[in-house]
Amino acid sequence: MTKDIRAITMPKWGLAMTEGELTAWLVDEGAFVDEKFEIAEIETTKITNVFESPISGKVRKLVAHTGEVLPIGALLAVIAADEISDDEIDNYVSKFQEDFVPEEDGASDDPVHQKITVGDHQISYLKIGDGNNDPVLLIHGFGADTVSWMFNQSVLADGRAVYAIDLPGHGRSSKSIPDGSIASMAKIVSGLISALGLKNVHLIGHSFGGALAIAAAEESGAKSITVIGSCGLGKEINTKFLQGFIDGKRGKHLKPVLEQLVFDKSLIGGDMINEVIKFKRIDGVPAALQALVDSNFANGLQSTDLRGILSKLLIPVSVIWGANDEIISVSHSQGLGSNVSVSIIENSGHIPQMEKSSEVNDIILKSIGN
Amino acid sequence: MQMNREDLLKSYSTMRTIRDFEERVHEEFASGDIPGFVHLYAGEEASAVGVCSHLENRDVIASTHRGHGHCIAKGCDTREMMLELYGRGEGLCGGKGGSMHIADIEKGMLGANGIVGAGPPLICGAALTAKYKKTGGVAVAFFGDGGSNQGTTLESYNLAKVWNLPVIFVVEDNGYAEATSSSYAVAGDQLDRATGFGMPSARVDGHDYFAVREAAGEMIERARTGGGPSLLHVMLDRFFGHFEGDAMTYRAEGEVQNIRDNKDCLKIFRKRVTEAGLLTDEQLDKIDTDVMAHINACIDESKTASPPSLSTLTTDVYISY
Amino acid sequence: MAKKSYREAINEAIAQEMRRDENVLVWGEDNAGGAGGEGEQDAWGGVLGVTKGLLGEFGPERVLDTPISESAFIGAAVGAAATGLRPVAELMFADFMGVCFDQIYNQAAKFRYMFGGKAVTPLVIRTMYGAGFRAASQHSQTLYPMFTHIPGLKVIVPSSPYDAKGLMIQAIRDDDPCIFFENKVMYDDEEEVPDDSYTIPFGEANVIREGEDATIVAFGRMVGMARQAADALEKEGISCTVVDPRTTSPLDTDTILECVEDTGRLVVVDEGYPRCSMASDVSSIVAQHAFKALKGPIQMVTAPHAPVPFSPELEDEYVPNADKIVAAVRATLA
Repeated sequence: MTKDIRAITMPKWGLAMTEGELTAWLVDEGAFVDEKFEIAEIETTKITNVFESPISGKVRKLVAHTGEVLPIGALLAVIAADEISDDEIDNYVSKFQEDFVPEEDGASDDPVHQKITVGDHQISYLKIGDGNNDPVLLIHGFGADTVSWMFNQSVLADGRAVYAIDLPGHGRSSKSIPDGSIASMAKIVSGLISALGLKNVHLIGHSFGGALAIAAAEESGAKSITVIGSCGLGKEINTKFLQGFIDGKRGKHLKPVLEQLVFDKSLIGGDMINEVIKFKRIDGVPAALQALVDSNFANGLQSTDLRGILSKLLIPVSVIWGANDEIISVSHSQGLGSNVSVSIIENSGHIPQMEKSSEVNDIILKSIGN
Repeated sequence: MQMNREDLLKSYSTMRTIRDFEERVHEEFASGDIPGFVHLYAGEEASAVGVCSHLENRDVIASTHRGHGHCIAKGCDTREMMLELYGRGEGLCGGKGGSMHIADIEKGMLGANGIVGAGPPLICGAALTAKYKKTGGVAVAFFGDGGSNQGTTLESYNLAKVWNLPVIFVVEDNGYAEATSSSYAVAGDQLDRATGFGMPSARVDGHDYFAVREAAGEMIERARTGGGPSLLHVMLDRFFGHFEGDAMTYRAEGEVQNIRDNKDCLKIFRKRVTEAGLLTDEQLDKIDTDVMAHINACIDESKTASPPSLSTLTTDVYISY
Repeated sequence: MAKKSYREAINEAIAQEMRRDENVLVWGEDNAGGAGGEGEQDAWGGVLGVTKGLLGEFGPERVLDTPISESAFIGAAVGAAATGLRPVAELMFADFMGVCFDQIYNQAAKFRYMFGGKAVTPLVIRTMYGAGFRAASQHSQTLYPMFTHIPGLKVIVPSSPYDAKGLMIQAIRDDDPCIFFENKVMYDDEEEVPDDSYTIPFGEANVIREGEDATIVAFGRMVGMARQAADALEKEGISCTVVDPRTTSPLDTDTILECVEDTGRLVVVDEGYPRCSMASDVSSIVAQHAFKALKGPIQMVTAPHAPVPFSPELEDEYVPNADKIVAAVRATLA
């Protein structure tokens, strides 16, 4: 066994994260943890997430306290073998704390959001990674943005460029949506792929973005598609969620709406709700969201059926669904063609790429080839 | 400056309307039917009409507590004004303003005002709107010799000149600020004040419609063409007290009668236009008859009109809240 | 999105609205700073630099320096608003209300009502308030309660850069006269502020944190103090709700009452004088409408009934702080 003392520190999930709040320890001091063992819950401004241990070993000291807000890289816990004395552990902790300097804002080499013009739209995207492997394009769902992929984008960017985009009306992109239909939004996606010069792109779409991935697959020459909790594969959709998302102006109204996104309701924190409220205050956003709902989900039903297109695709198709999805039923993953591989994620709602990121990352990595 | 017959008739009619409006309000106020305070403009008509006869809807005026004349001269509806004086629901301000707050923004009437000297700063703003939007409009602040002593007015002279605004400051000097004589309360000369700010100015006999009209016309034209602000000092007299109920014991014996006999701007106007053969007595008499009938009808209606609905007590405090 | 200061957030809000609507003009003493001189024309951008840079982008027709004549130029803003512009006028320090208040409370505030609903006066008056600059009694007062008292005015007291931008854009777009109170001590406070234009509705309180033991309602700069107090109390196991009403008129009484009903205790923190203040106003609203929910006496943390002093030692004692709020929470729990 190693004699090293090793630190577990505050992780960085997504670009916007500068600090996190330790909301719960899931292990006690003295426990042995394996790599990927769930050791803590950490709340970011976006969502609360389970933190999996990046290393294995014995947890000798839980340094951070529940409720503490700490910058990225701050010491959370110390892993070391039994033969290391408590004094040595304490010395290590004191030295760590003494030397620790939080990363300065903007001083890092983090990739930055860039903009490109596609037709009348200014589309913002975030590119992470580079390499010879075929690129990936991530398309978020209704009301979301690149943050949807905060637990996925870096993981997928091993030896390849991974682009996360903001759809028109969302994130940093221009907000006007003259026609919110799946067909016209998919044209914007393929236009973007062409403007970025991407070839053999793996398209990955979530929810409404899933429908766009399916609809844009052929025109954009996609190499594979992966859709998560996708639109376009059945009639029903939780329109109470959609309208509640648009109409809810205050935390107490939005909380129950957003809780429908996840299986574990405690993941929806006050900060995440505030982010949604802030997003909806931006000029043009409420109109854009309403345009999407009116174009695609009028009368409480999905107006576009993409099953036919999906079954004719000659590229690998992967469909991922949370078993407990309250927005679009997991039953929509049934009866898809033999060209489709379906993965159901247990104990997960509509956003398994956040709620069960590591399982989803494994599935995607398998389907895009590592 | 030539005026056609139609303009002359219109000006006389407007002055007569103001006169009859005020004379009748004076009578009715005494009977106790009109609530609150009223400050009457009778005797000063040539000033309001002489200035406003040059103005259009794009031009804005601000008035004073003695505002009925300015309102009528700027085109406010006399029926709605009278209803307002009676505090009726159909009044020009829904019965919420009364005599001192009659306004009609669409007609460029930015309000009578209960605060002496409040109008000049507002008028600087209205003039800036006209200048910035290049409407060619001008803005006129009417105030009295009392208002001329407010800091707001003197600040506005400065601002209007500094920003080169299309403003005409009209000092209607009726000799009294409430009960205190302007010979006591106004230091120096109104024209010297204008000179001190680098503004052109003129003094006119405010009983003479034509003198007011000519002097104002020149100033308004200068303002319209980017020449900046001017000051017009109008010497005139009021027939009534500061407010209704004022026994005017501060005025000399026979002072008002002398003014009515010899300095009545309507009589002077009539004499001038009939002697010059521009209008006939018959034409003017007909106006007198028609106007009086109209004002009487306004009063008759106002006496019995409905008060505002109590539900309007808290409406129009904000546009949204 | 980037970190922006309270000052930058307000500047960006005004600039974005000036781009969107050509009827938005800015004026005040030294709002450009330098008019008529031989040096820089945008020398100051307001006495604390809030309007810096606007002159360069929008020119002297839309960014005007004024003489030191508050009655005239605040009154001009009222007159311009009533005739079709959307002025953003600066009353440098709120203390200067004394020389121009008539134009605000008798003119702007009452036009709509007095004129029977026919006037529209979309005016913003920006003004600095608050102690902490060692600026003594005539440059340090917290006077939003006096404006809040007047029907017809909307009164905005932003407590953060994010709120300042969204509330300023809302104020400029709003059709009623708005008085926008900027705490001079907060100009360099920074946080993430979106680059896009956005609005925060008036009368919508921000529930900054939710606790179980007491509700702290705080205004403007005092919101930060209330958060510090709540953090300190959290460590002792006392959890507090912190409510920032954002605007004092309209006031989100519903949220305040709901929070007090949940916690049963109220502490109101107001940098203003104690009498006829927001502290006394909120206290009376809660006493009237949520009396049965109260489990302890309402506590007010305010400045004393005294002018703002000059001496740093006296001024530091004068302004409410986290320790005083902690003591007040303890007192209502006792």
